[in-house]
This record gives sequence, C-alpha cells and structure tokens, in this order.
Amino acid sequence: MIRTFGIILTLIGVAFLFFSLFLEYETPLELSGSASYYAASTAEDTGSANLVSAIVVTYRGLDTLGEVTILFLTSSIMSYMLKTKKARNQRTFRESSELLRTASALLVPFIILLGVFIFVHGHLSPGGGFQGGAVLASALVLLLVADPLYTVQSRILSVIESSSGFLYVLLGLSGLLFGAGFLDSRVLPTGRVGELFSAGLIPLIYILIGLKVGTELSNLLSVFHSVQGQDLMEDEGGAR
Amino acid sequence: MIESILFIVLALLALASAVVAVISKNLVTSIISAGLVSLLASLLYLLMSAPDVAMTEAAIGSSLATIIFFYVLNRIRAKEDSRD
Amino acid sequence: MNIGSIAMGAGFLLVLIGLWGILTRTHIIQIIVSFSVVDTGVHLIMVAAGYMHQRTAPIISEGLAASDAPSLVVDPLPQALVLTAIVIGLGVTALMLAFALRIHEKNDTLEIKNIERLRW
Repeated sequence: MIRTFGIILTLIGVAFLFFSLFLEYETPLELSGSASYYAASTAEDTGSANLVSAIVVTYRGLDTLGEVTILFLTSSIMSYMLKTKKARNQRTFRESSELLRTASALLVPFIILLGVFIFVHGHLSPGGGFQGGAVLASALVLLLVADPLYTVQSRILSVIESSSGFLYVLLGLSGLLFGAGFLDSRVLPTGRVGELFSAGLIPLIYILIGLKVGTELSNLLSVFHSVQGQDLMEDEGGAR
Repeated sequence: MIESILFIVLALLALASAVVAVISKNLVTSIISAGLVSLLASLLYLLMSAPDVAMTEAAIGSSLATIIFFYVLNRIRAKEDSRD
Repeated sequence: MNIGSIAMGAGFLLVLIGLWGILTRTHIIQIIVSFSVVDTGVHLIMVAAGYMHQRTAPIISEGLAASDAPSLVVDPLPQALVLTAIVIGLGVTALMLAFALRIHEKNDTLEIKNIERLRW
C-alpha cells in the first residue's frame, strides 16, 4: 500500500518537474557559443565535411577515448562473468535453412564491405566508427544465425582490438608531439574539404575506432552466443 | 505541414509501443516493442536532421540490443524447460 | 508548435513511461526493457535540444558552403554526445543482462517476488 503510494508520488513529482521544464523550453534561434564556433571553423580547422565526426574525433576526442575504454571494460567484464564450464554439454541446435546458409555466405562479405565503407567515409558523409563497427558486428550475427556451431576466433578479435586501441592512443600522442595537443588531428595535412584523403588524422582515427567498436561488439555477441545451452562456471569464493 | 503530421504520427506510435513494451506480460512482445521504440526514434532523428544519430540508433539501439535480449531470453527459457 | 518541442515532449513522456515500468514491473527482464525505453527517451530529449527550425544536417557539401554553416545547420554538439551515449547504452544493457543471467543461475527464476533477497 505504502509502496504503491510512493510510486505514484514519485511519478507525479517527476512528471511535474518535466512539465515545468517543457513549458520553459524555447527553441533557440541562434547557435550557442561553442556550437557556432564548431559550425564556423570546423572546415578550416580540421578539413572534415561532417561536423559531428570532427567533434567526436577531434574537439571531444578524449570523451571518445574514454567511451571505447568503457566498451572494452564492459566486454571483458562480461567475458569474465559469463565464463562457461570446461566440460562442454551436448549443444543441440535446430538446423538452419538452406536459404539462410546460402544467403549468409553470399551476403557477409558485402556487409563487411559496407561497414568498412561507412567508417572510411566518416569525415565526408553521415556515419563513422560507431556505425561501421555496429555493421561489422551485425555481419557476425548473420554468421551465427546461419551456423550456430560457428566458433568465433576470439584470438584474432583480441589482437585486432588491442592493436587498434594501442594505435589510437599512439596517434593521439603524435598530436601532442607534432600538433597542438593530445588527439589533435592536424598532424597530417588537412587537404580540401570533401575529398577522401583529407581532414588529417580523422579518417585514420575513425578507422581504428570502427575496428575497435566492431571487435568489442562482436566479442559481446559471441559471449552471449556461447552461453546458450551451457552451464555457467560457479563463482569461486566471494560473498554468497 | 505534412512533415509535422508525419512527425506527430511517428512520435505517437513510439509512445504507444513504449507503453506496450512496459505493460505486456509476454516477454517476447515487450522486447520487440522496445526495439520498435528505438526504430521509430531513429526515424524521428532523421526528420530532426540528425542522420549520424539515426544511423547509430538503427544499427545499435534497435538491432544489436534486441538480439542480445533474445540471446538471454533464449537461454533462460531453455533452462526453465529442461528443469520441468 | 514545431518539431523540436514535439520531440522533446515525446522524450519526456518516454522517460516517464520507462520510469513507471522500472518501479512497477516484477520481472527483471522487463525492468531492463524499461531501462532501455528511458535510454531512448533521454536521447530523444538531447537531440531535440539541438534542433532548430528549418535548418539542415551538420554536413558541409556543395549545397552548403562552410562560411554559411553557422546560420544554416542544427547544433552538432548534442548529436555528438548522443552518438557516444547510444553505444554506452548498449554496453550498460549488456552488463545488466549478464547480471540477470547470473541471478537466474543462482535462483532459477527472474521473478522478483520469488527471490528472497530482492524483495522490497
């Protein structure tokens, strides 16, 4: 009874707060300070046509570095928490259809190509490392659906993941040496806006982010796939 | 004008599927509806001229998250079936 | 009434619906689904805060010269923030689901009513 009352009271309180925020909100007519700086000088500063990519990779580069670190931590914590027992149970899966298997063999290379295209063109068109990485991970989903017994080479994934993370930090440090600061993209020439080879380090860093996010999401998916029909390892020691 | 009407219809659909996601007793229905909320939201982002966000939401929020939910649901169902 | 305020209202309502779900549902998977609805609502609010009427996407192209950009594009900053927020949202959801699997392993149920230590 008290619980229901508390829930209703909380919801009414939050609703009132939101409603007053909503009434006060006015759509701005001019860009605010930092946003108008980004809009005005991104093309000149970085040579990137996509302002969002420039903000994600250069102006707020440290945020993005922290963000891929969080994703890496999530992925490794999950590998630890969902460890399966060594003795493999008999895994029974329903045979997937002929159509699905043929289509996946045909489509997976093109999906990977699309993912790579998206993150290579991150500084020119909508898209970038995160979107391309998600597309790469969805290629893995198609493989796993078509063939449930497909084993993911986690060794290769971890090598790609760690080397691209290492190179990302290295490129950031090169900005410290040759540019204006950590993760500054003007180490390479900025080139002309709208060309593939332009925007300094932004395409390179976005390729690395794409590989890193793609392998991390793939690892996440393969962990969830590997617990199907398996017993989890008991937690050793720890509070019960 | 036509854009605003489309926008309002999409927003109402997103709200309706959010309600379905929360109140449905069937877990499959509620997971699918949550994915639908993300998909409709990505259309809203596209209309609000945010193509980057729309791509991310469509690829990650609506597909990968739904797949992870179904992996977990499948494992829980299999366990409960084998126990009975 | 323009698109931005409609989207902001819809975002606030999504957050409220999700919050209601988090507080009232008793199955852990449903609670996590409600969390993801809240997530979507917050993203919608943030993108709506950067929207401006009759402006275009923040991408410089032939039709949009760099010098005209400040008066023609929407605010790119909230979009960049939401981009990272969506990816982290997936990580958080996955972590919650991993904990749910652990709870299920231990108690053989995800219904909060049946788990002694989670009842309130």
